[in-house]
Amino acid sequence: MKTCLVVDDSSVIRKIASRILEDMNFRIVEAEDGAQALEACKRELPDAVLLDWNMPVMDGFEFMMHLRQLPGGDQPKVVFCTTENGIDHISKALHGGANEYIMKPFDKEIVAAKFQEVGLIAAPV
Amino acid sequence: MTPPDYEYLRKLLKDQSGLDLSADKQYLIESRLVPLSRKAGLAGIPELVQKMKAGSASLTAQVVEAMTTNETFFFRDKVPFDHFRQAIMPEVLKARAARKSVRIWCAAGSTGQEPYSLAMCLKEMDSQLAGWRVEIIATDLSQEVLEKSKAGLYSQFEVQRGLPIQMLVKYFKQTGEFWQINPDLRAMVQHRQLNLLHDFSQLGTFDVIFCRNVLIYFDQDTKINIFNRLCKAMEPDGFLVLGAAETVVGLTDAFKPYPDKRGLYRPNDSRMTKAPAGATTPRIAVAAGM
Repeated sequence: MKTCLVVDDSSVIRKIASRILEDMNFRIVEAEDGAQALEACKRELPDAVLLDWNMPVMDGFEFMMHLRQLPGGDQPKVVFCTTENGIDHISKALHGGANEYIMKPFDKEIVAAKFQEVGLIAAPV
Repeated sequence: MTPPDYEYLRKLLKDQSGLDLSADKQYLIESRLVPLSRKAGLAGIPELVQKMKAGSASLTAQVVEAMTTNETFFFRDKVPFDHFRQAIMPEVLKARAARKSVRIWCAAGSTGQEPYSLAMCLKEMDSQLAGWRVEIIATDLSQEVLEKSKAGLYSQFEVQRGLPIQMLVKYFKQTGEFWQINPDLRAMVQHRQLNLLHDFSQLGTFDVIFCRNVLIYFDQDTKINIFNRLCKAMEPDGFLVLGAAETVVGLTDAFKPYPDKRGLYRPNDSRMTKAPAGATTPRIAVAAGM
């Protein structure tokens, strides 16, 4: 079973995202901000990170920069999931090593499409 | 949108079209009905619902049409576009090396996601197509749908299903809440209004025809008739791409399945000896009992 780290300061978003991802057979680890997420990654690298941008303590982008420096930290697929919907943020995320990008609001279909895009789940046959 | 308005629209759509929206599809209704209400000179969905409840049959019809228009997204079903990149185009590049031209027809072009997905595939192989004449013809029954395709303007929801983020960044410009496909890709696609039930021989001959998820709405005889006319509109070494749930098997021998590529067909060899011009009898072989 693959693991997905869901990082968002909104417990509602974490809950919705977790439910969607559990239906796709992911084991979920949650974090409220980038710092918590980084701690979680130091304990165990997930297969995927669903990552908000704006969060207290440490934002999503800074977390990703740290993650990519960890041993094996280039492996997890990072999918941003944020209200930062401008092309400037998207480009910055991609240059910083993000694999995909979800613009909020999102739904199950979008998460599924994006996770397929980066090979985390198989495309429907 | 208020929950009672949502429930009203949901029930109406279910009753009138069979469209079954789950409880969390507010955005889908908003993305389609907010533009519709503006066009009708209304302030928004609350006023739209009010008018519908007051008995505006034409508004109701427009709402049903707006909501049931075939959902389509970029690189829909993925597999056909893998076929396009991995099987179709390599063969076309070889077979048309002298002529250096390729003609592609999207026979149910709808709001443009399919023709533009093909345009993006072709852009990605730009270096191999240097000096080639590339034509993508997108046809659809609905002029309104074609206008949307021409504009190439898509909502945030529309660009998130099927389109890799790298391609969004590379081939689209953000304009407010919308994303518009770049002018050079728009220029690759020509739009024509067309009813597949009518003669389409004026479109000429194609190397590749995408005809996905439209024939399912027709009865068997009509399907057979269209398949046979599609075959005439195709080069003898052309390619036909059908939807995931569609097949020619049991309907016509004009096309044969391409080995190991689901949904991909080629004209049958026998067709290489072309029927004399003007022959109207379709060469149909309905496989009885299949």
